[in-house]
Amino acid sequence: MRIGIDVGGTNTDAVLLDGHSVLAETKTATSGDVTSGIINAIDQLRRARPFETTSIKAVMIGTTHFINAIIEADRLCPTAAVRLGLPATASLPPLVGWPDRLIKATSGTGYLCHGGHEFDGRLISPMDRSELMRVIEDIHARGIRTVAISSVFSPVNAELEQEVASLVLEQIPGVHVSMSHEIGRMGLLERENATIINACLRELAEQVCTGLAATLREAGFTAPLYLSQNDGTLMDVDYAREYPVATFASGPTNSMRGAAFLSGLETCAVVDVGGTTSDVGILQSGFPREATAEVSVGGVRTNFRMPDVLSVGIGGGSRVRVRDDDVTVGPDSVGYRLREEAYVFGGNTLTATDLAVASGHTEVGDPSLVAQLDPSHVRAGLDRIAAEVAEIVDRMRTSPTPLPVALVGGGSILLPDELEGAAKVLRPDHFAVANAIGAAIAQIGGEVDRIFAVAPGKRDEVLDTAKQEAVDRAVAAGAEPASVEIVDVEEVPIAYLPGNATRIRVRAVGDLALRDL
Amino acid sequence: MAFDITIADLGDLVRGAALLGTGGGGDPAIGHTLVAEALRDAGTITVIDPDELSDDDFVIPTALMGAPSVLVERLPRGSEPVDALRALERHTGRTATATMPIESGGINSTIPLFVAAQLGIPVVDADGMGRAFPELQMETFAVYGVNGSPLAIADEHGHTAIVNTVANNKKMEDWARALTIKMGGVGYIAEYGMDGAEVRRTAIPRTLSLALRLGRTIREAREHHRDPVEALSELLPETLYHRGEVIFSGKIVDVERTTVEGFTRGKARIAGFGDEPECTVDFQNEYLVARIGDETRVLVPDLITILHLETGEPITAETLRYGQRVRVFAISTPEMMRTPAALETFGPAAFGLTEDFVPFERLARTGVR
Repeated sequence: MRIGIDVGGTNTDAVLLDGHSVLAETKTATSGDVTSGIINAIDQLRRARPFETTSIKAVMIGTTHFINAIIEADRLCPTAAVRLGLPATASLPPLVGWPDRLIKATSGTGYLCHGGHEFDGRLISPMDRSELMRVIEDIHARGIRTVAISSVFSPVNAELEQEVASLVLEQIPGVHVSMSHEIGRMGLLERENATIINACLRELAEQVCTGLAATLREAGFTAPLYLSQNDGTLMDVDYAREYPVATFASGPTNSMRGAAFLSGLETCAVVDVGGTTSDVGILQSGFPREATAEVSVGGVRTNFRMPDVLSVGIGGGSRVRVRDDDVTVGPDSVGYRLREEAYVFGGNTLTATDLAVASGHTEVGDPSLVAQLDPSHVRAGLDRIAAEVAEIVDRMRTSPTPLPVALVGGGSILLPDELEGAAKVLRPDHFAVANAIGAAIAQIGGEVDRIFAVAPGKRDEVLDTAKQEAVDRAVAAGAEPASVEIVDVEEVPIAYLPGNATRIRVRAVGDLALRDL
Repeated sequence: MAFDITIADLGDLVRGAALLGTGGGGDPAIGHTLVAEALRDAGTITVIDPDELSDDDFVIPTALMGAPSVLVERLPRGSEPVDALRALERHTGRTATATMPIESGGINSTIPLFVAAQLGIPVVDADGMGRAFPELQMETFAVYGVNGSPLAIADEHGHTAIVNTVANNKKMEDWARALTIKMGGVGYIAEYGMDGAEVRRTAIPRTLSLALRLGRTIREAREHHRDPVEALSELLPETLYHRGEVIFSGKIVDVERTTVEGFTRGKARIAGFGDEPECTVDFQNEYLVARIGDETRVLVPDLITILHLETGEPITAETLRYGQRVRVFAISTPEMMRTPAALETFGPAAFGLTEDFVPFERLARTGVR
């Protein structure tokens, strides 16, 4: 059996899973300290369905703790950023464009050194060891405990970053290093920013991961602990200590992955309807499609692997207004006060939930309290909700073929069983805890994202090399070798470069290699 | 009239430059950051009108040449465009009294500002493309008799080269392109050095202030909950680009891309919201031709832009994607870009199209089969 837990801003959802069946599900309020909230959720699960701690083979946790630390500029440690690229890149040094409060919270210090590569693998300039030693001495003297290392075109050649990392580790005892080629993709500033963000979270990650592992051990669990990543795969707790940044978007990802599991669909649109918004994402081969544009986190431009999600202000608590015969829904919402303010709960605000109850579609609260609503207004409001959600789904499609749609989240009762442009609409069981299920079923992945020179007639050979590398990475991260599959291949030809320079991205994913305990 | 550019203007400027990029020209975001950093020290950049140049002013345009995808990784040292300008000054024995864009669309609208902020010289409010084009010979400067050569090109090591192909501007493009590859995919250039009288004769005037006005118009319309595209249509008749018009609204239903000789070529298909025939837009880095059904509606060098349906934000050919709701907005180029000599350099034939150029405002009325 596995336990999946999703620690969100408001609720902590937990599920107990045996193979493909959900044995128990719970929803509890999120606590200020992550560890006690998780123990509380596990206790609730045990009450719903008693189990032996030794029968649990893995515990998977999705958390927003680390991204919140960045947004709040709190609990961050003093950080240095070392970049190899001189004489290039000097015009935009590390930390350029960062908000002052984040620079202050990290005592951020940037260093520029010689090194870095060209797109074709030539050196921009050789690394200068004595220059680096001076930088490292200065970092040490300032008492900085975590270092972000970036180098130009390190996604093409990572040697220099690795060399600097071993030098830093050798010279400063107990220091943490984060290397940009392991964290981001092409685009130096965005990748470096993501690396610095990762670096400044390293001590917090150490603390949280150690705390979680110890708490579970004390509670009698011997199973390994995993954290969910932005792309819907898992990392073990030791990996999470080093890459806290990889947890940033695990919330929406887990809910989409859970929807895929519950509905049995590999390729579909997922509509997660909450109290205030509906979030729409696309699953391709069972994984969320990723956003292609830069993502800003706490005011810093990054290029994390984040799911592509489009939101619309429609949820269970959306306010409904009737003017003459025009009915509007949202974007404002009564949010968590739904159970006091909605008509069906005896309140005085007409909400989207009231329309769903009045239509007879669902039963929540007291249906007699909405019996007086004009049926034509109810119909108009619900039609409007369906049309707006259908339009968002349509916008997210990348091909003209209609997609099946899976509805999850507590507010999905607002939506009808048919949507314009949808191949079919599914409402899986356990839809309210799809996110915790997404955490519990997550797999292990590996990715390659580089510019390759593709000689004429060698395209297949180059693609095979890239695919093998992605598979090797997944296995190294803990995937069962026999189960690893390529889930995504993307080729983008690059303008103004010779030799058919092509950016190739390959992702491989496999089942977690579960040990019998 | 001369005016100053400050950090606060840059957002509008790059939005307008992206519009004039007609789908290409490179993402001006890095240019924005570069100029903003330079302005932290310099404070303001002075932009002067071509009419304010004296005949013996010497203007050296500056630009970036190469792959935008390399630029985002190997950021500039910061000295490269100034090094190129200095190298050209040494070669010609003349000192630049101002710099100027060769291209007002995309990232190259920002490089001369970066140079001006560093050197404290003004930028001339004009350029030689009036939009974005893929190659260095595609300049009104060249069309009206100014040679691109000698050209100076610089890398981040302070190394420079001079290319002198005299009156053969296409050869200058080829040689400079080869050097750019050796420099790792991006080089910084100074070329088309000319005096004040030649600027007035050969440059498209007031395109920098136009970019600023276009960007500002889109932003202000959004702030006032007005339709930004309608606001653009109202602005254009006050400029040399005398007309702007939405020729199609719809949803992208297909995007095809291939790379041919280092250029990204492709076609976007846009389906309307009613029963009208589809719109197709062909591109080679920039948008080249827009057709509705089998009727040609806009041809290069007239500007084809694809804008987000609601926000009016320009979409580049690289970021076109199925499902985007868009408006295809055509802008007529200034008359000096429609003369026979101009069309020979950057008209439809220069891009391998067989159709003869017809101004889009005439195509709109009659249609061409």
